[in-house]
Amino acid sequence: MSETDRRAKADRIRRLLETEGDAVEANTLGFNQGRYDSVADLEDYEALKDEARAIKEDAIERLPELIDRVTETVEENGGTVYLADDAADANRYIREVAADREAERLVKSKSMTSEELEINEALERDGVDVVETDLGEWVLQVAAESPSHIVAPAIHKSREEIADLFNERFDPDEPLETAAELTQFARERLGELIADADVGMTGANFITADSGTIALVTSEGNARKSAVVPDTHVAVAGVEKIVPAVEDLAPFIELIGRSGTGQDITSYVSLLTPPVESPVVDFDDPDVAFADRDDDREFHLVLIDNGRMAMREDDQLRETLYCIRCSACANSCANFQSVGGHAFGGETYTGGIATGWEAGVHGQESAAEFNDLCTGCTRCVNACPVNIDIPWLNTVVRDRINRDGDESRFEFVYEELVPDDEPGGVDLQKRLFGNYETLAKLGSATAPVSNWLASLGPARTLLERVAGIDSRRPLPEFERETLRDWYDNRGSRTESADADREVVLYPDTYTNYVDVDRGKAAVRVLEALDVHVRIPDVGESGRAPLSQGMIATAEEQASRVYDALAEHVDADRDVVVIEPSDLAMFRREYEKLLPAGPFERLRDDSYEILEYVYGVLANECDAAGLRSGTDGPPIAYHSHCQQRTLELDRYTRAVFEDLGYDVVESDVECCGMAGSFGYKREYYELSMDVGDRLAEQFTEPETRDRLVVASGTSCEDQLGDLLDREAVHPIQVLDPRARFV
Amino acid sequence: MSVDTGSVPERFEAALADLDVTVTYTDPAGFDRTLERIAREPAVGTSLPFSSVSLPDWVNGEPTPRSLDSAVTGITAASIGIADYGSVVLPATPAGAEQVSLFPDLHVAVLREADIVANMPTAIARLGPELRDGGSAIIATGPSATADMGSLVRGAHGPKDVHVVVLEPSGERDE
Repeated sequence: MSETDRRAKADRIRRLLETEGDAVEANTLGFNQGRYDSVADLEDYEALKDEARAIKEDAIERLPELIDRVTETVEENGGTVYLADDAADANRYIREVAADREAERLVKSKSMTSEELEINEALERDGVDVVETDLGEWVLQVAAESPSHIVAPAIHKSREEIADLFNERFDPDEPLETAAELTQFARERLGELIADADVGMTGANFITADSGTIALVTSEGNARKSAVVPDTHVAVAGVEKIVPAVEDLAPFIELIGRSGTGQDITSYVSLLTPPVESPVVDFDDPDVAFADRDDDREFHLVLIDNGRMAMREDDQLRETLYCIRCSACANSCANFQSVGGHAFGGETYTGGIATGWEAGVHGQESAAEFNDLCTGCTRCVNACPVNIDIPWLNTVVRDRINRDGDESRFEFVYEELVPDDEPGGVDLQKRLFGNYETLAKLGSATAPVSNWLASLGPARTLLERVAGIDSRRPLPEFERETLRDWYDNRGSRTESADADREVVLYPDTYTNYVDVDRGKAAVRVLEALDVHVRIPDVGESGRAPLSQGMIATAEEQASRVYDALAEHVDADRDVVVIEPSDLAMFRREYEKLLPAGPFERLRDDSYEILEYVYGVLANECDAAGLRSGTDGPPIAYHSHCQQRTLELDRYTRAVFEDLGYDVVESDVECCGMAGSFGYKREYYELSMDVGDRLAEQFTEPETRDRLVVASGTSCEDQLGDLLDREAVHPIQVLDPRARFV
Repeated sequence: MSVDTGSVPERFEAALADLDVTVTYTDPAGFDRTLERIAREPAVGTSLPFSSVSLPDWVNGEPTPRSLDSAVTGITAASIGIADYGSVVLPATPAGAEQVSLFPDLHVAVLREADIVANMPTAIARLGPELRDGGSAIIATGPSATADMGSLVRGAHGPKDVHVVVLEPSGERDE
């Protein structure tokens, strides 16, 4: 990316932070909290998710057969099915239906699939009046804007903005002000438009192949009116919406509202088997009883391929087809919470899973623009009701975009500097962060000169201009003596033969070269628990290149890490990891990077450091050697996003509790720093805006004088910048030689 | 939600209370009086498929677009109640039950106590054969609502209020 592009991107994000940020934040945080509360009430949430996932896996596997089946059932019911290859094909068909009915007005119930087709524009060119009947969608239609969210299209607009828009546009007798007034006004106006419509168009959340039923999940009731008031109903849906049988709907009905807006269930789940038996509401014939009508309803199901069948063949993008468009991924995304869907780009879909959709239906170009906004924090992973690994999809698409890059740029710079396995087109900024280990090695070998050099104005200017590293962000300072050097010189303080346990402490790049103190603390704590520690010669986990979409390099590093640790794993030594993002590599991402056997062995034998301490203490080991809450300070603790996805945060909490610490914990999704993200000039302000939510929690009267403790490197850096208070790792709190009060 | 306290009807009632929906229990003898107390006129309705009760005279039992448009109350039958969610299943009928349950400001759903089931999978299993037979139904939970205008508002396109009348076999309840 060029300096100009970077500046333009930063400007666009700043604008969105200013104009849409507050409304988006309030709404997404509400939805997200609602999801937490609502799923907590489910007896077996995980089992329900597994069931939903299995149904989608099976349905996509059998998709060609299900398309045939649903075609049969809908036709037996008296409807028509059209399988459209792409948007143009679908639009042509729908325009023909409207023309056949001589339709002057078509009323629509919100449907992202129809946004994908841009059907409104196509119909309007034919002179058809297209009216969006979902209240949020109608607001956008009046304002001539695009949706910013899959479920709540207008969440970026405040009530005041909507009131201004309506008052200006419709000039009502009394100015509209409250949400109730605005809703009533919209209801009356849309009610008249629906009464007079010739065709109703809806999407479909699910389609059951056995009965030809269209399932629509809504709360307003506009989908019901759109489908049954006019005599012609057109449902448009991607082919992936088909499930085999009615009975398969149950888990989705229980999950979709909870996952999306945090409601246990939406007001209406319509199960319409068209052509429906409900009478047409014909206001031109107002006195004919419904029961006396004999309507000849028309129904068209337009199933859309538009790249989906190719996604089905794509081993990486296939997962996208399991998506039920609930928006949990967007709501749980810290960046989305700050800037909303308009920042995430994409022609139709936005936030979270959108990268997969855009890459599949519109092509990589459309997915590329703001794919970088996924920081890989993984908070969406557990939020997804069908267990889609969304960060991995983002990584895959990022890798493909890298490979499509311009081969000629920057070659002269990086060939010497970066020992990676990537093709020439990879952006220099990505290459720099992807090869962080090389930089750290060099920086440490030449410290303190390297630190001094890096801190100089001209160096920062150059870094900002060439690599887009924001000069407002302090750079990490490299230590001359690495953790491994220190340990090699010092030697072990427990004898291997006497020790109850033996571990290999994984020297992640940051701990080894920058935050050596937390490494030393880890060694001392483990030794105080009578654990024999080894620190092997092992390289970077691959997290840094993976975060830049450099999958080949990450794969190479993963195999090297496994080679270096295999001997220890064979000898039944536990692998203990300080940095949560590296442990997440071993437990999650290595599944994609290593053969199954090595992945499983490393996964099963590796532990997060506090998880390990918890385990040792639970085995009734004497904790007397550790600094306890009676000598230690009160704590403000922020766990790490990936650590929470793996549900490991509970161990830190439990250890602090057992040792009598007074702890207040943050509950935001992410600190906003997210590895290299917060260093990037184009994202610096967004990173700080996300961080503000965390900073707020740690500057309240109850927390502002506490010791700030964070499990992740990035979180520590970010908290340091946000609060002007140094943050430390939990292991440093337990360190018998801890120096802070 | 899935906390098993009380009988299935008790859980149904509790879930409806969370939705701010009132439930009234009645038996066939008290049905007309109960309906009179709940409904606001003008009222429209579609015939109830229960042998023990039928719509009283003051309810317009043959709705038209005009009477639907001016009705304040719509009365329809529900075929299933779902205790976990406080949902009622509203079958669509050629007489216009779908519209009657949707257009007026108050929807009164009449449900037999015996038709209340514990959970969603049971309800869906019961619906399977009906949908495969060409039927349509709405699983309705509380009133129509929207949060699109800045805060939660009831009655976006559908009813602002919902009232569930549970019909008990005669003699079980003293009025």
